[in-house]
Amino acid sequence: MNTRKYRNPVGVSKYTGLALISPFIIGALLFIVYPFICSFVVGLTDSGRFAGFENFREMLSSKDFGQAAGVTLKYALILVPLKLIVSLLVALLLNMELKHIGIFRTAFYIPSILGANLAVIIMWQYLFTSDGLVNQLLEAVGLSPVSWYGEPNAAIFIIVLLRLWEFGSTMVIFLAALRDIPRELYDAAKVDGCGGVRAFFAVTLPQIKNVIFVNLILQTIGAMQEFNAPYMLTGGGPLGKTRTIGMLIYEEMFTYGSKGMANAVSWVLFVIIAAVVALMYKLTDKARRDA
Amino acid sequence: MKKLFLYLLLTAVGAAMLYPLLWLVGASFKTNEEIFSSIWFMPKSFCTDSYKNAWETVTPYNMGHYFLNTFAIIIPKTVFAVASSAIVAYGFARFDFPLKKFFFALLICGMLMPSIVTIMPRYLMWSKLGLLDTYIPLTLPSLFAEEGMFVFILVQFFKGVPREFDEAARIDGCGTLKTLFYVLLPCIRPAVISIAVFTFLWTMNDFLEPLIMIQSVEKYPLSLALRLSVDSTGQGYEQRKVIAMSVIGLIPSVAVFALAQKKFVSGITAGGLTG
Repeated sequence: MNTRKYRNPVGVSKYTGLALISPFIIGALLFIVYPFICSFVVGLTDSGRFAGFENFREMLSSKDFGQAAGVTLKYALILVPLKLIVSLLVALLLNMELKHIGIFRTAFYIPSILGANLAVIIMWQYLFTSDGLVNQLLEAVGLSPVSWYGEPNAAIFIIVLLRLWEFGSTMVIFLAALRDIPRELYDAAKVDGCGGVRAFFAVTLPQIKNVIFVNLILQTIGAMQEFNAPYMLTGGGPLGKTRTIGMLIYEEMFTYGSKGMANAVSWVLFVIIAAVVALMYKLTDKARRDA
Repeated sequence: MKKLFLYLLLTAVGAAMLYPLLWLVGASFKTNEEIFSSIWFMPKSFCTDSYKNAWETVTPYNMGHYFLNTFAIIIPKTVFAVASSAIVAYGFARFDFPLKKFFFALLICGMLMPSIVTIMPRYLMWSKLGLLDTYIPLTLPSLFAEEGMFVFILVQFFKGVPREFDEAARIDGCGTLKTLFYVLLPCIRPAVISIAVFTFLWTMNDFLEPLIMIQSVEKYPLSLALRLSVDSTGQGYEQRKVIAMSVIGLIPSVAVFALAQKKFVSGITAGGLTG
């Protein structure tokens, strides 16, 4: 009988579970699978007519797409490692046994709940204006002020710094992982005469390597679909140096009204993200299994 | 000695991180000239009329109107998200059924699917259904456990509740859903609160979805209304008003976080995400 194959309490059919998860099945079909297929099909059209791979060909040879892809990759490459390192370091500090540590945990977490809230965007804009807080600080320590919005290579750091400032959610995940490491491991390390930095590399890192991987993937996906911060902070400028692929999709759709191209770019972004994630999975495969 | 150093370090980093927010609040009470002349957050004298102006916004509606709009999105969305994620997570955590592994893998894939990839086709779908410029595109998807992350967190928490609880409830005559809502969910309250708070905060901050789906100013949520005010006020003109508006806009998020802070952070750290 089927009831034997599926281990459920007596009187529970194998369809009860299916019924319970049915909202998810319907939702996945409507809001993930259908849009995913749809964006590919619409990507094959131009002004409502079938155009084959014309959009894809045009995109891949266009300067705009090449630049946006470069900006997106550069942004992720700068932000993700910085954010992981900062949040892990702070999590290590917060994992110390100190009184009132909860206050600091809350303080460090607050920026991350604000996301791209407009208040944060406005604040950030003021910080980086020519006579804003950041430049005044730079001058106070004897450095020359930077024209953050005008300098082609500086603007991306306005966005990187905003997202770095919001490291709280990554930090909390690290903190939870650090708490799960059994104390005995550190005691054993101490007996073997290894403490401090060596214990970090010998005990801590191997114990949290899966969580590092989870954070790496989550942050990479988040960074590669960045839209809000550049849209609101820099508008993609100067000279498109902060125009991410996410912004390009929006512009193709709502500025140029090109449904086909917007969907084609969406689909290519998916392929790029999937490739990057697969590559990371592959590269870290050995490290994650060892030890 | 080492402890003192740690406290100093933590305080310095914390102060540096929160200073911009403090400055923002201070600046809302400053005069326009003072905003740029000083990096010190404390205004020389408190002028509060910026708040009165801010409340009126630059649109025909005041901020109260936009708060109500925002809550008209957030409240159903939060209820939908909690209920649907709980039901789906319950199914995954407690029952065995055909293709279970496949569906769980689909859930994880959904978590990794960048939302910006599917937003254009979703826009086209709602447009075809004639539902643009309503709150349905923003709220209805939550009814279908749209956030895979929430389901994942709840599954981890359900695993920590002994199965005897389910059996006892069943013997007492509770049906499947009754067991879930009256017995299991109260056991994992921190996780439920975390999900509700996340939904609240994310919806408060959400910009792209309403930007695409809502067209009439009357129906704008707060985030779009503030943006409109910034655009039409422009830099260098009435900065106080814009800053005051944004400070008012921050209050709900900060208040909800402050209220739920203890349960919320323990909800995330209690192992939900580390599994």
